[in-house]
Amino acid sequence: MKKVYGSAAEALDGLLFDGMFIASGGFGLCGIPELLLQAIKEAGTKDLTFASNNAGVDDFGIGILLQTKQVKKMISSYVGENAEFMRQYLSGELELEFNPQGTLAERMRAAGCGIPGFYTKTGVGTQIAEGKEHKDFNGETFIMETGLFADLSIVKAWKADTTGNLIFNKTARNFNPPAAMCGKVCVVEVEEIVQPGELDPDKIHLPGVYVHRIIQGQHEKRIEKVTTRKKEDA
Amino acid sequence: MPWDREQMAARAAQELQDGTYVNLGIGIPTLVSNYIPEGVEVTLQSENGMLGMGPFPYEGEEDPDLINAGKQTITELPHTSYFDSAMSFGMIRGGKIAMAILGAMEVAENGDLANWMIPKKLVKGMGGAMDLVAGVQRVVVVMDHTNKAGESKLLKACTLPLTGTGVVDRIITNLGVLDVVEGGLKIVECAEGVTEAELRAATEGTIVG
Repeated sequence: MKKVYGSAAEALDGLLFDGMFIASGGFGLCGIPELLLQAIKEAGTKDLTFASNNAGVDDFGIGILLQTKQVKKMISSYVGENAEFMRQYLSGELELEFNPQGTLAERMRAAGCGIPGFYTKTGVGTQIAEGKEHKDFNGETFIMETGLFADLSIVKAWKADTTGNLIFNKTARNFNPPAAMCGKVCVVEVEEIVQPGELDPDKIHLPGVYVHRIIQGQHEKRIEKVTTRKKEDA
Repeated sequence: MPWDREQMAARAAQELQDGTYVNLGIGIPTLVSNYIPEGVEVTLQSENGMLGMGPFPYEGEEDPDLINAGKQTITELPHTSYFDSAMSFGMIRGGKIAMAILGAMEVAENGDLANWMIPKKLVKGMGGAMDLVAGVQRVVVVMDHTNKAGESKLLKACTLPLTGTGVVDRIITNLGVLDVVEGGLKIVECAEGVTEAELRAATEGTIVG
């Protein structure tokens, strides 16, 4: 069982095809699979559907695939940081399906747990509920949402062992575990790969059963909004 | 004189209950954390996967792996915990978060809230707002009472796409505080120097009591 690959391009070899559906981890630019996104850009795969909370910024994250017009549709909760996205959407070049953030996360998690649909209060009485099954439980109305079963998951973790057990760092965990769970194949990029036994088994955030291919690389880890306080404020 | 942004945030901070878990939205709600009353301990949730949100880092100590839901760099506290987005919204949807303090574009007299989209103009998305208003126990809105043209944002019915129906409990504006009650909006208090007549005149929605 070989899970460790030498580069992002090698790890994606044989997995990409035009029109495929990819689930990506990350929140804003935090914890995004930046190396795998770059490799998908270089592979030139087209007509992609992405489930990702955000669409990156114009020149980083999924934004780099918008520049090359490789994305056909986005399933996201918030896309406000990306001017090129807005331009393509308003001109009709790009499809957009807004999902409430928690609904998007749960649709991914559900798919990874073999759950094809679930009921939620989120969005009842709004545009989001249009055309969806409504059902009452204990006097309250819920709508049915479906699991998001992706062809491929691309995620970023902090550390992996060679069997794919993953540990994330702080709020860079975000959508990465549910995105990892919902794909037929999951490719992970990490900052460090260690040997089995070097990670505390009791502190694994996502077990290797969900992980098929791993690469290690250098990450830019761009910060979207640097906010600080001065020492004298303390 | 109507309240300014800081005074609205300070007033909203009076809503915080000791020992609770609270989610603060982007904008004026973020300022609320500067006015948490003495003796009140609240744990702030950031829906990207954190409980126990700390202040902004000192210059040079920013961590790209540690941001809030507004994508700003922040810090952790001794009692902080991290989790993934599915668990984060599990605790929101599951009613474990006591209160959300959010901004709004429009609120209706029946508690309907619109704060995520202006068709053909502003298409950014709802983020976690729909999940929050559907899931948390109490929703407090902080907003300007009127728009730039002077028209009321507290309406009989919302005109923009909704974030949630009948979800708002209390509205804090630059003119005062109102509750959503049976039949309409009830004035709780007026901002210093604002008369009840002025507050009523600036409100399109039905005021009861």
